[in-house]
Amino acid sequence: MSVEEAGLAPEPDIVSAHPVARPLHLSALPAGLGWDGPFRRLTGVAALMVVAALAAMLVVLVIGALPVADRMGAGFLVTQAWNPVTDVYGAVAPVAGTLITAAIAMVLAVPAALGIAIFLNELCPHRLRAPLAVAVELLAAIPSIIYGMWGLFVLAPVLASTVYPALIGTLGPLPLLGALFQGPPFGIGVLTAGLILGVMVLPFITSVARQVLAEVPPVLREAAYGVGATTWEVSRRVLIPHARRGLIGGVMLGLGRALGETMAVTFVIGNAHRIHASLLQPGTTISATLANEFTEASGDVYVSALTALGLILFVVTFVVLLGARTLLNRTGRAGR
Amino acid sequence: MRGGTIPVSPARLRRRRLVNLVMTGLCTAAALAALLVLALILWELVIRGAGALSLDVFTRATPPPGSRGGLLNAILGSLSMTAAAIAVATPVGVLTGTWLAEYGRDSRAAGLVRLFADTLLSAPSIIVGLTVYVLLVVPLGHFSGWAGAVALALIAVPVIVRTTEDMLALVPDQLREAAVALGMPRWRMIAGVTWRAAAGGILTGVLLAIARIAGETAPLLFTALNNQFYAWDLTGPTPSLPVVIFQFAMSPYRDWQDLAWAGALLIAAGVLLLSITARLISARGRK
Repeated sequence: MSVEEAGLAPEPDIVSAHPVARPLHLSALPAGLGWDGPFRRLTGVAALMVVAALAAMLVVLVIGALPVADRMGAGFLVTQAWNPVTDVYGAVAPVAGTLITAAIAMVLAVPAALGIAIFLNELCPHRLRAPLAVAVELLAAIPSIIYGMWGLFVLAPVLASTVYPALIGTLGPLPLLGALFQGPPFGIGVLTAGLILGVMVLPFITSVARQVLAEVPPVLREAAYGVGATTWEVSRRVLIPHARRGLIGGVMLGLGRALGETMAVTFVIGNAHRIHASLLQPGTTISATLANEFTEASGDVYVSALTALGLILFVVTFVVLLGARTLLNRTGRAGR
Repeated sequence: MRGGTIPVSPARLRRRRLVNLVMTGLCTAAALAALLVLALILWELVIRGAGALSLDVFTRATPPPGSRGGLLNAILGSLSMTAAAIAVATPVGVLTGTWLAEYGRDSRAAGLVRLFADTLLSAPSIIVGLTVYVLLVVPLGHFSGWAGAVALALIAVPVIVRTTEDMLALVPDQLREAAVALGMPRWRMIAGVTWRAAAGGILTGVLLAIARIAGETAPLLFTALNNQFYAWDLTGPTPSLPVVIFQFAMSPYRDWQDLAWAGALLIAAGVLLLSITARLISARGRK
């Protein structure tokens, strides 16, 4: 019987969800005391400003995207060409680049983050836990431009001289899989961008995974250890299944980051508006395209095409965020 | 777990132990790898950055390629834009967080504000820059430091909203009830009791917001842009450390790249210091 079916202990509030307090019934109090009304309105206005800011973003993006929608129609979404000279624009290459780099980042970061979370919660000596957790989280504090520089000047040359030639040599000749590892080893390209993104989202996923694993009721963990399960079995069969929702929520938070990250990707992806089967070749993402071309874009349709890319990115990250919120908040809501 | 007697064969036990050893080994290796990457990045920053640091960096403006110069104008631009952004974002963020925690609470409106703030928090920063470009740079006809500051403020606000609300939610309702029972108006209860109780946490949020925007590059590309000179006021294009780093690092000139590393070291040191300070404050507050 799985842990959930057993119905032991309710799922706890997840730390990263908003710990919203219970309703406070002060509304019955006399409300007109001096500054009460104005103060309340002041805070309300601030909240409205936040709402207005986001609404403005959405309106700006939608209006900005109209000219290219006029010119290209739905074809914008299925065209691969990107030609400012003939004013033909298609979102396929940057969208594909965004999705592929994010996917590479997830493939790398999710198992690593889970492993680190298990290490920090189950294996690490108590005294080292806090400092190590902070160290991992510091990876999230490093500005993305520094990841970009590091990727371009330090990682890419190493990859170009050793790792990528080895990949091309060993995996390149394979059928199917080999298509991913073709061409000259530039060092910069889709795979490098994915690698850097993986490192960048690792601390976010690790942080959520650590919290949700730590929230598994101690009695479950103790019972599992009590019947003689090994550390791995406890993690694999008890902790991970029990915290599954929260874990997926954390992964989605990381995914949102990976999709929208700009500077680090701009440094290492090589900025080529085409889709190449090989992961070792240059590509582009939505955010890298915006960073590179926006200030130089001339012509309404060109600017509009870039804005439309921004709108696509915004919508995609919003959907991912909604998923993450639903998964991470559910218990917090149901508990009340 | 399936009931009945558990078969304990030595071979099976050995296999389980082996699997455990391998998997826990992999978990440990993942942690070590993350630390190694952190160390490698910091090492490279210190080696290359310290090599390029000199007094010039702090006393001269960004040079044309091949001549002497520093990053002073970029440092000043970054400082003033960050300060302007935080000066706007702190009241808006704290008040919004206060509304959510003290007035909105479980209401549907509060849920909506929370969703919008979270969306702003996770919106790619380059999109924020794009929006501010359309709303401020295009109507005004030129890039400006103020536009950059607005973009940075939009990124800082949701960070402050979130921490403020979280910290206020930790203040027990008994404190609020006690204050009101003593006859305090609600606004004084909030300003004198709950804000005070959560002050450390709110300060942490502001520090984290500064750390977040100090290294932001993407939203400044289309708003503040850059320039080669001192920018004492923010009404024109304003240089900033991250944008200068981006421009210099991508250039083919060796001396520009060196300056980029010096700037990267400065930013990383500042940001890491801020986030460690924030952590210390919130750790002390929790005890």
